[in-house]
Amino acid sequence: MTRDASKKMLKIYFELNGEPMYVEIKPGEMLLDLLRRLGMKSVKEGCRTGECGACTVLLDGKPVRSCLTFAAKIKGHRVTTLEGLGSPANPHPLQEAFLETGAVQCGFCTPGMILVAYDLLSRNPDPTPEEVREAITGNLCRCTGYVKIVEAVLLAAKRRREGVWR
Amino acid sequence: MKVVGKNVRKVDGIALVTGQPVFTLDVTPPGAVVGKILRSPHAHAEIVRIDTSKAEELPGVLCILHHGNVPRTPYTTAGQGWPEPSPYDSFLFDRKVRFVGDRVAAVAATSEEIADEALRLIEVEYRQLPAVLVPEEAIGPGAPVIHDEEESRGIHDPQHNVAAAIDIRVGDIERGFTESDVVVETTCEFPYVQHVPLESHCVVAYLDEEDRLVIRSATQVPFHVRRIVARALGVPLSRIRVIKPRIGGGFGTKQEIILEDVAAALALRTRRPVVMKYSRAEEFVAARTRHPMKIRIKLGAKRDGTIHAIEMDVLSNTGAYGTHSLTVLSNVGSKTLPLYNKAPHLWFHGKAVYTNLPVAGAYRGYGATQGYFALEVAVDELAEKLGMDPLKLRLANHIRAGETSPIFEKIGEGRAGKAQVVKSCALEECIREGAKRIGWKEKHGKKTSEGRWVHGVGMALSMQGSGITDIDMAAATIVMNEDGSFRLLVGATDLGTGSDTILAQIAAETLGVAVEAISVYSSDTDFTPFDTGAYASSTTYVSGGAVLRAAQEARRRILEVAAAILGEPPESLDLEEGHAVSRGTGKKVPLSEVGHRAMYVTDQRHIIATASFVAPESPPPFAAFFAEVAVDVETGVVRVVKFVAAADCGMPINPALAEGQLEGAIVQGIGHTLYEELLFSPRGRVRNPNLFDYRIPTAADVPDIEVVLIPSDEPTGPYGAKSIGEIGINGPAPAIANAIYDAIGVRLYRIPFTPERVLKALHGKSMG
Repeated sequence: MTRDASKKMLKIYFELNGEPMYVEIKPGEMLLDLLRRLGMKSVKEGCRTGECGACTVLLDGKPVRSCLTFAAKIKGHRVTTLEGLGSPANPHPLQEAFLETGAVQCGFCTPGMILVAYDLLSRNPDPTPEEVREAITGNLCRCTGYVKIVEAVLLAAKRRREGVWR
Repeated sequence: MKVVGKNVRKVDGIALVTGQPVFTLDVTPPGAVVGKILRSPHAHAEIVRIDTSKAEELPGVLCILHHGNVPRTPYTTAGQGWPEPSPYDSFLFDRKVRFVGDRVAAVAATSEEIADEALRLIEVEYRQLPAVLVPEEAIGPGAPVIHDEEESRGIHDPQHNVAAAIDIRVGDIERGFTESDVVVETTCEFPYVQHVPLESHCVVAYLDEEDRLVIRSATQVPFHVRRIVARALGVPLSRIRVIKPRIGGGFGTKQEIILEDVAAALALRTRRPVVMKYSRAEEFVAARTRHPMKIRIKLGAKRDGTIHAIEMDVLSNTGAYGTHSLTVLSNVGSKTLPLYNKAPHLWFHGKAVYTNLPVAGAYRGYGATQGYFALEVAVDELAEKLGMDPLKLRLANHIRAGETSPIFEKIGEGRAGKAQVVKSCALEECIREGAKRIGWKEKHGKKTSEGRWVHGVGMALSMQGSGITDIDMAAATIVMNEDGSFRLLVGATDLGTGSDTILAQIAAETLGVAVEAISVYSSDTDFTPFDTGAYASSTTYVSGGAVLRAAQEARRRILEVAAAILGEPPESLDLEEGHAVSRGTGKKVPLSEVGHRAMYVTDQRHIIATASFVAPESPPPFAAFFAEVAVDVETGVVRVVKFVAAADCGMPINPALAEGQLEGAIVQGIGHTLYEELLFSPRGRVRNPNLFDYRIPTAADVPDIEVVLIPSDEPTGPYGAKSIGEIGINGPAPAIANAIYDAIGVRLYRIPFTPERVLKALHGKSMG
């Protein structure tokens, strides 16, 4: 894609996990590659063709596949990766719920799953199990059979309704 | 029990849920270059000429490897114990290619784009050879010989494309069928299916500051990687270090050395760190698959329902290379036939055959999955012919605690096995509990309809093993810190299963501390002790056995020091809640005091213990599976309405993680039962190498799944535990096949049960 090294780098401004960023991007660079280059290693590459959902990030709060999104497109926008949700010292209630229910096996799909669940709960604070399944249906998991992932999202929803959220 | 048997959080969980950089490619050394592989466009061809000069002239290209400039040493890519029971029929690069996607050359370049361009500039002239894509034709007269090279070793019959063969007889099979009142015979087919871990194969290889080769890899078998790469590249084993970070799923495909050898060769040649990863398409074409099989099975039974004779005849397709060919084939019988141990007459025979198709290898279930599909469909047919409830037929015939099967002794890991008496078995309770939950009595044989949808129920049983008897060995080291915390060093390979957590639970229970007091390190061939790796459902039982022993020894040493502090004999002391406590006087001392004294004060020593454990036998876990399906008789669509699995994995160390293994395996099994299949063009090219055309289950596809663990106490297992990683995948295909029959009266013998196949079978039935 970028065989011609003389092609100009593009400088863009965007907001990454609440922090302003002013970075150079390569022509044709995908958001997945940019974010990993910037150290956001929670953004996973599972297929590069938009089928697995492992690279999901939130663009202005909405889930997008970063492998199909041109980096140039985020100019002036807000990007949230899993790193922006919580940290080992201060995990987000959704992350806690995933831990508690055993919803994490290998953990490779987990970042995308949690971000999609975050988006779901911000739109629908009291989802049914079917609505959770529907929301995460574009995110593949090969380890869990989704059973405990659905449990985790329902548990997080309950806690959110009880005021445990941020 | 304070820690064992509890749903403690995964010890690596917080890193995973917060997206810390813990996977192979999350950390790459500065100056890393990209490695890429040129793959064969032909199913079978000789490389007549390879010209890399144009590619080498491209700025940024550092190195190109091909058969002309690497050592030609035969090896197997199967990450098995030494000596591997798989043929040495692979080379780093060969003069011949044997399937579409086979390795031709590899490039290291300073960017991915340059590497891709270099691959395009390599000129290869092939002489195409006749290809054979059908196993029956591969062993037929006049078939092209796929492995005609002189150097290969351990191939059963290379001239006839037979990678491996087996022929095991118990009793007198002819007599067995003559003496039977009822005989059924059926043939079941299992297609090419794939593991599809979310993280594809990936590796980073580099030379460290002392010029040793470091391989950071997404592998289930770090110690086998070290040994096999040493052989393939002619590098002393002592010069190689393999690090296994967190792994994004494996299911068997990462029990294969398919990238580490190339990356290591490129790193040695360029002296630069080399990063390689399979694209999703490469994963489908050039990783590994389950062995496709055709299994003919014949069952004979007495009028009263006693199964009297079983014949299994297996034709396994190993693809272009024979990795795991013998052992997967063996497992088809060794993991299934002991389940119905009342039959005195058995004949198990088969061949694993080379074809010019992608390479089969280890995949969760490892032959048992294919075997149970055939066996449990045949048992259903037998029940029907006997006029018996299939549940009762199974109850009347399945193995129980205190019983044995001659198969345990006859079939081992590529050699004879070892006699074994089953010491724990809660299968009967599993069957009864599962039947209750699915509503067997109310539903079986009483199909119901809602419009076009017809409902039916089916069941299947399964057993597996726990490690490989007398072969699988694990070691563990426990190191005490002066504050009373511990480091647990294991070569065991957590690939997402949660094994680090359950090993920490075993150590914590034995040392009387919380799981938080144990830091687990897995695995690094330089720093953690040996372990054969994560396969054959071995980690809980074998690695857990090693951890238990090491913890017991560390405990003994702690109590020695505590006894000196408390002035009481060590035998009177226990370890509880971070203290050594006297049972007699109630006096106690915190482990931090024990640690400080041992390290700094008196009679100093570092409290460290290492122990090994070899599987003395392979205690089987058991499971009963029940499916309720709805079949749309107009479109042929099969919907799984409910799936119940009741499993005996001994005493579960961490029930939530054990349930997770079952749930995940069941959904993988539903995938191959209903839609997963690699499809090929007439020239052997994979037609659906992407997740759109090769569909794996999504959250919306998952039925109501109920899993229940029925404990048994395995006396040889750590805290009574057996395995749980594989068994769940054996149930869906036969249980769903039998449920479809219950619903629509049509037997399907080839998975996946696509709407087209279901409709075709339905029409065949109505035409008589």
